[in-house]
Amino acid sequence: MAGITSYGAYIPWYRMKRSIIFEQMGWFNAGNAAVARGEKAVANYDEDSVTMAVAAALDCLGENPRDHIDGLYLASTSFPFAQRQNAVIASQGLDLPPAVRTADFGGSTKAGTSALLAALDGADNRRLMVCAGENRLAKPGSSQEYTYGDGAAAFLTGEENVLAEFKGSYSVSADFIDFRRTPEERFSHGWEERWIRDEGYSRIIPQAVAGLLNRYDLKISDFAKVVLACPAAGAMKGLMRAIGAVPEQVQDTMMDTIGDTGAALPLMVLAAALEEAKAGDRILVVSYGSGSDALWFEVTPAIEGFRTGGRKGIAGHLARRNDLSVYGKYLVFRNLIPLEVGIRGEEITPTAMSSLWRDGNAISALVGSRCRACGTPQFPQERVCVNPDCGATDNMEEYPFSDKAGTLASYTGDNLAFSWDPPQIYGLVDFEEGGRILLDLTDCSLDAVRVKMPVTMSFRRKYADPRRGYYGYFWKAVPAA
Amino acid sequence: MAQGINNEVAIIGMGCTTFGELWDRSASDLMVDAFQEALEDAGIEKKDIDAAWFGTCFDEVNVGKSALSLTKTLKLPFIPATRVENFCASGTESFRGACYAVASGACDIALAMGVEKLKDTGYGGLPDFGNLLGSQNRAIFANLTAPGGFAMLATAYFDKYGLSPEEGKRALAHISSKSHHNGTLSPKAHLRSEVSIEKIMNAPIIAWPLGLFDCCGVSDGAACAIVCRASRASEFRKDPVYVKGLQIAVTSGEEMAHQKWDGTHVIPTYRAGCAAFKEAGITNPREEISMMEVHDCFSITELSTYEDLQISPRGKAVEDIEAGFFDLDGTIPCQTDGGLKCFGHPIGASGIRMIYEEYKQLQGKAGERQVASPRIGLTHNLGGFPCMSVVSVAVFGNTL
Repeated sequence: MAGITSYGAYIPWYRMKRSIIFEQMGWFNAGNAAVARGEKAVANYDEDSVTMAVAAALDCLGENPRDHIDGLYLASTSFPFAQRQNAVIASQGLDLPPAVRTADFGGSTKAGTSALLAALDGADNRRLMVCAGENRLAKPGSSQEYTYGDGAAAFLTGEENVLAEFKGSYSVSADFIDFRRTPEERFSHGWEERWIRDEGYSRIIPQAVAGLLNRYDLKISDFAKVVLACPAAGAMKGLMRAIGAVPEQVQDTMMDTIGDTGAALPLMVLAAALEEAKAGDRILVVSYGSGSDALWFEVTPAIEGFRTGGRKGIAGHLARRNDLSVYGKYLVFRNLIPLEVGIRGEEITPTAMSSLWRDGNAISALVGSRCRACGTPQFPQERVCVNPDCGATDNMEEYPFSDKAGTLASYTGDNLAFSWDPPQIYGLVDFEEGGRILLDLTDCSLDAVRVKMPVTMSFRRKYADPRRGYYGYFWKAVPAA
Repeated sequence: MAQGINNEVAIIGMGCTTFGELWDRSASDLMVDAFQEALEDAGIEKKDIDAAWFGTCFDEVNVGKSALSLTKTLKLPFIPATRVENFCASGTESFRGACYAVASGACDIALAMGVEKLKDTGYGGLPDFGNLLGSQNRAIFANLTAPGGFAMLATAYFDKYGLSPEEGKRALAHISSKSHHNGTLSPKAHLRSEVSIEKIMNAPIIAWPLGLFDCCGVSDGAACAIVCRASRASEFRKDPVYVKGLQIAVTSGEEMAHQKWDGTHVIPTYRAGCAAFKEAGITNPREEISMMEVHDCFSITELSTYEDLQISPRGKAVEDIEAGFFDLDGTIPCQTDGGLKCFGHPIGASGIRMIYEEYKQLQGKAGERQVASPRIGLTHNLGGFPCMSVVSVAVFGNTL
């Protein structure tokens, strides 16, 4: 029986209290006081839906060998690329083998469950990584500016060591145009929120739930946990009444701590549910957007041993946080206001796609080499060993650094370098098992950085070249949690 | 066994422009000025020059590629001319080319010219590095600048020797304050004001822990040297300056990718220093060297250079600095003309500008900043970053 064999999640380091948005923009629309509660997770300037999906996938991957994975599906409505498959950026970042099936699922906030269904339906003993990441833009002054949050979740699916068996599903599709956006546009157009609440969440989600219960002859009370991807807090009560669920069954949608993560929302809430689930629990997952997917899972006894795996998951990432208290910084991170980057910031050297391709997984997955003669790990990949006492030529094997821990040999915070979040912090990272790389640091403040500080690797946007339609991805060091 | 060029080559003429933000002058203007001074100083004519070397680094914001801009500017008459580029050692690299040409006997008289026009970028600091390290630069290299690259040297040094940021920055401030004092005595310098240690320590941070006055300026300038074989020097002047040692060391790349290096000093400086001292027959640098112009792109660079050149023992530079050992009236005055700190750093020109100061000092023509009876002078350039550098060390004397 196919099901979920591992899960992971990612929540960006920055959290912004919604009251900060209201202080800046409440004058424009006082009605947003209703959504100005709690806080939301905000992607750092160097994160997007793909980088967060990679982070969640790494959390999910744990000790699972990469060459046992047959594919990667990535869901989002905020993909960085319209052409250049986003899933393959993630699969290369994860250093999955070339013989994998990759696909993007987008267009709707139900894309996350669509990807999960595609992996689980007819799984045929394939092991697939299903990720959803979201980093949606909202116009300043809109209610979405308050409600949207950033984050990602990832699941491994397969037929062995299943933690939650996939028992069945029911889908409905509806061209219910609550939000829409053409490829040329940065922001969505929405219809009246009361209409979306009454005719959207409150009618479409119950259709999917009823369909699933009828199809498998179940009652809502058969489920220990119900995941309802309904980001509107005001619609939740009516929705529970409509499907007959009691509050104790319904998994917290984390609107007050993370926010509406769109296509990633049902998967992040499912990950949170699995973190607390016990063997035998039935879980109902219901997405929303252009219709709805309802999925039925049943938790297996394997869940108990799995939790000892050291994954951060939702709970671990929620605990790792830093206040983003400056609204202007949020606007800059999301590129919502023109910023005087200066002539230095404007200078972006074109990226040679041929060189990038030639370098293969060295750049995408931080794969260096290890000298077979002396055992020294090194980056970047070179033909001649860098160890001054060795120098062997053409005697290298591939050596991944992305999963290795290191410490800082030295560092600085540079105010001259152009950065979206100055100072630009970088340092020499010495890896515990050998090797040294000069890397940018992210998700940290300069006053917390020290020589010998432990760091781990994180897949990030290294630079953006908007004029040429390109984002360069690479790895940065982040303080080890 | 290689013999080196100790006492094989003599400098018979030099020229150096005023350095600064020379908005009204081009690289060509600067080259003509430096060249005119050198020709007059040497008492030769342009036609006497057999070959030329041309050092410049950021050609893309400056003079363009090749040696064309040198020969076209000076109207050199179809002689061999070569452009060299080796980061901040570009000037000394061009000097090396000229010295080797006359030492080998291939030429009688050779010219080394270094120039850089940096103030046409529209922003402070060096030009953006872009593809400085090749096409992979943007893709994998940390988003670093020169101040940041050198700041990491300070971070590691402070950590290793247990200096608090306050203690470390105070020693660095002494270095900068001393150079600014010397700069006030140096008519061709860009920055010519005294700067107090307190002001230096409280200046805005450029790259932690380095503040504004820990960093050298960026400016425009040119300098050139005319060399011949030492045996012929007396034909041109009575006070030639002799090249004793002239060495370059370039990293193998191990500092950045192997954990052996501790990040507190610069291996190529140590290696180039050892090679130059050997070539010059110097066995005890602390005792034998009269004065130095080292590559003080940042105050921490100067500090670590004291140790790498074996003037101060490892970890003891701070003691020497605070004892005034490197001050103008100290045992080994360093940056007697104010250094990069006061001249700024037009990359291709800096190495030859430093040689110009040693040349004048060794001839006793350094005016108010003249060191008493100097015998041996040293220049040092460090290009790149401490973790990945090109270093030149040159030793000069006024007797054979």
